[in-house]
Amino acid sequence: MGNDRAVRARGVTRYFGDVVALGGVDLDIAAGQVHGLVGPNGAGKTTLFGLLLGLAVPDGGSLEILGRTTGGAPSVPAGVAGFVDGPGLYPALTARQNLAALADLQQRASRRANGAEVERVLAEVGLTDVADDRVRGFSLGMRQRLGLAAALLARPRLLVLDEPANGLDPAGRRHLHDILRRLAAEGCAVLVSSHRMDDLAAVCTEITLLARGRTVFTGPIEKLAAETPDLDYRVVTALDVQHTVRGVARLDALVGRLVAAGESVREIAPSVPPLEAAFLALTEPEADR
Amino acid sequence: MSAATGTLLGPAEVPAADAGGSTPAAYRFELVKLLSQWRLRIVLLACWIAPGLFVAAVGRQSALPSDTLFGRWMHATGWAGALVVLGFCCSWALPLLTSLVAGDAFAAEDRLGTWRHLVMAVRSPRRIFVAKVLASTSVILVMVLGLAASGTVGGLLSAGSRPLVGLDGHILTPGAAAVRLLLAWAVVLAPTLAFAGVGLLGSVALGRSPMGLLVPAVLAFALQLLRLLPLPVPLRLALPSEAFLAWHGLFTDPAQLGPLWIGVAVALAWAVVATGAAYLLFVRRDFTNLANDGSARRAVVGGVLPLVALLGLTAVTLAAAMPGAADGHGSGITAPKVEEALATSFGHLYRLQARELHRPDVTEAQLATSATCDRGAASVPGDGDGEGDRVTDNGAGDDWRCVVSWHIPGAQAVGSATYQLDVTAEGRYVADGDGPKEVNGTFWVRTATGDAPNPLWQIDGTLDLLPPASQH
Repeated sequence: MGNDRAVRARGVTRYFGDVVALGGVDLDIAAGQVHGLVGPNGAGKTTLFGLLLGLAVPDGGSLEILGRTTGGAPSVPAGVAGFVDGPGLYPALTARQNLAALADLQQRASRRANGAEVERVLAEVGLTDVADDRVRGFSLGMRQRLGLAAALLARPRLLVLDEPANGLDPAGRRHLHDILRRLAAEGCAVLVSSHRMDDLAAVCTEITLLARGRTVFTGPIEKLAAETPDLDYRVVTALDVQHTVRGVARLDALVGRLVAAGESVREIAPSVPPLEAAFLALTEPEADR
Repeated sequence: MSAATGTLLGPAEVPAADAGGSTPAAYRFELVKLLSQWRLRIVLLACWIAPGLFVAAVGRQSALPSDTLFGRWMHATGWAGALVVLGFCCSWALPLLTSLVAGDAFAAEDRLGTWRHLVMAVRSPRRIFVAKVLASTSVILVMVLGLAASGTVGGLLSAGSRPLVGLDGHILTPGAAAVRLLLAWAVVLAPTLAFAGVGLLGSVALGRSPMGLLVPAVLAFALQLLRLLPLPVPLRLALPSEAFLAWHGLFTDPAQLGPLWIGVAVALAWAVVATGAAYLLFVRRDFTNLANDGSARRAVVGGVLPLVALLGLTAVTLAAAMPGAADGHGSGITAPKVEEALATSFGHLYRLQARELHRPDVTEAQLATSATCDRGAASVPGDGDGEGDRVTDNGAGDDWRCVVSWHIPGAQAVGSATYQLDVTAEGRYVADGDGPKEVNGTFWVRTATGDAPNPLWQIDGTLDLLPPASQH
């Protein structure tokens, strides 16, 4: 394995009784990369996150995290941080108390060093002003930010975040993206999941699609867009007449006909964004399409 | 959000895998979480205040809780009030407190959905378990300390530090009462830890279910009911709650140490087995399953069976180690024990009454007190108990009748007094004076300085349920 590879999974399987949660997943995440993980509900994302965070071990296949092969008993690998199914926070504690306890657990040199780290991550996620408020009063977005701060406290080399943009307003999402890009620029590998393809497109360089416990696509996000089947396009004329056609060839033909008929075209747009269309095409069972 | 300001550390600076979550740090984290709960803070405060207020309030009333052990002496000495608090704590407060703290130690993480977070932060389920056990035990100990301190201070402030009448009528100096009170609280720590262990086990086994929180309380209720039944002595002593009663034996002379040591050992065994079972269940759980709600099979096999096996093993061992434990039809309550206990108490309390009445002092040896006890009222031919008996003279019941006799110094006459006894299955008895009036027939005795409670009117005592050969 190369030194720049943070995660290497080959044929990873995980079962819950008779239920196949992961049926042979391949995944590569390089250091300095923001990698997106996406899939429909029940695709196995949470299970994969659990494996990467060391909360469980695969039943089969091989999984290397930061150069160490996992196996035997579950153990959280050094340098890995993040959260799955939302950040785990204690509502009766303040934001600062939540982070201070975590900092204490990370055994830094001194209490002062812990305090400095806590202040650093609070500032980084923009929660300094509410640091002494109890978490029970936090909005979902604030909780997400605090969860991110908790992950940053560990100064991770692999950051694993399950839907970190949930509940964030547009400005918050943009700032989250800035943080993730900066971490990647500093060499951290980031794995992030989201149900919003535009979120992933904004920050990820590569993406992996899971469906029914298997990898159905992995690679650069542009490649995913290229794999998009013929899109449905919506064409609206100046007279407010709306047409829908599938594929670029039919779109060209429709526009040609409209122009020939002397009608002005006011809007041409895909009915479904290309990445979303690719997602649906790759993850929906044949019968549902 | 503010601008990003952080930087990443190089690999060499990143905390190692095992650096996360030392046990002391995890312990501190657990304490912070526990003490951040306002409900728990209120309970802690109540433990440090309520007993003192209760004792002080009762001390100002004319009617005393005389059906409670030491309750009738609350006006006489502050140590009695402290012991009333201890008795109440043993019945309900301590099991409920362990429910509240230990019973919620693990379930709280299930409810909050924070297991994954905690496992990642501490990086070792074993350390999490140790930290949670130590933290909940610490909080329980602070609560117990509060109950003991508050009850004692409240009692001493309201009635003063005066001599205490023991459970065999002998008088304990304030210093001796203080030492025994301290020892008694130390003894009840053992069953408290047993209930805490059961609470931890319930909390682990039953996941987020509120039933986990109730396990110690339900166990305490079940054991209270069991204690009312005429159980064989080995089985009774094998119950983890016996040490909640065994401290009574510290207030007799000589102290009844047999049941006390057995009770402490049994309770500690329960604490170890329950905590060990909780540990095994905990380290085998799947922390990726957020919906963990326990499993009936796991709870029974991993939680209930080890404790039932411990109960059975202890009872069998005690039965084998105590030949004669079947005396009194297995209850440990026999006429000779009742007679000896009542005669001893009467002798001590007669001296107390004599002092109150400013009569010449006498010694127990001069009094040579004896008692004859009989249970029941009508005859069953051929039962060997003599005429007037309907039931055999053993076991718990409120139909014991005793006649106490003593020698009056300087006179040939032999005094006698009658008592009706209510003997409970756990060995406690209350002897109610039934005449003559000038000895034990009235609540008050007239002294030179006014009326004073008659120490011979009602007598509280405790029987050693062990067979005579095993008592020491």
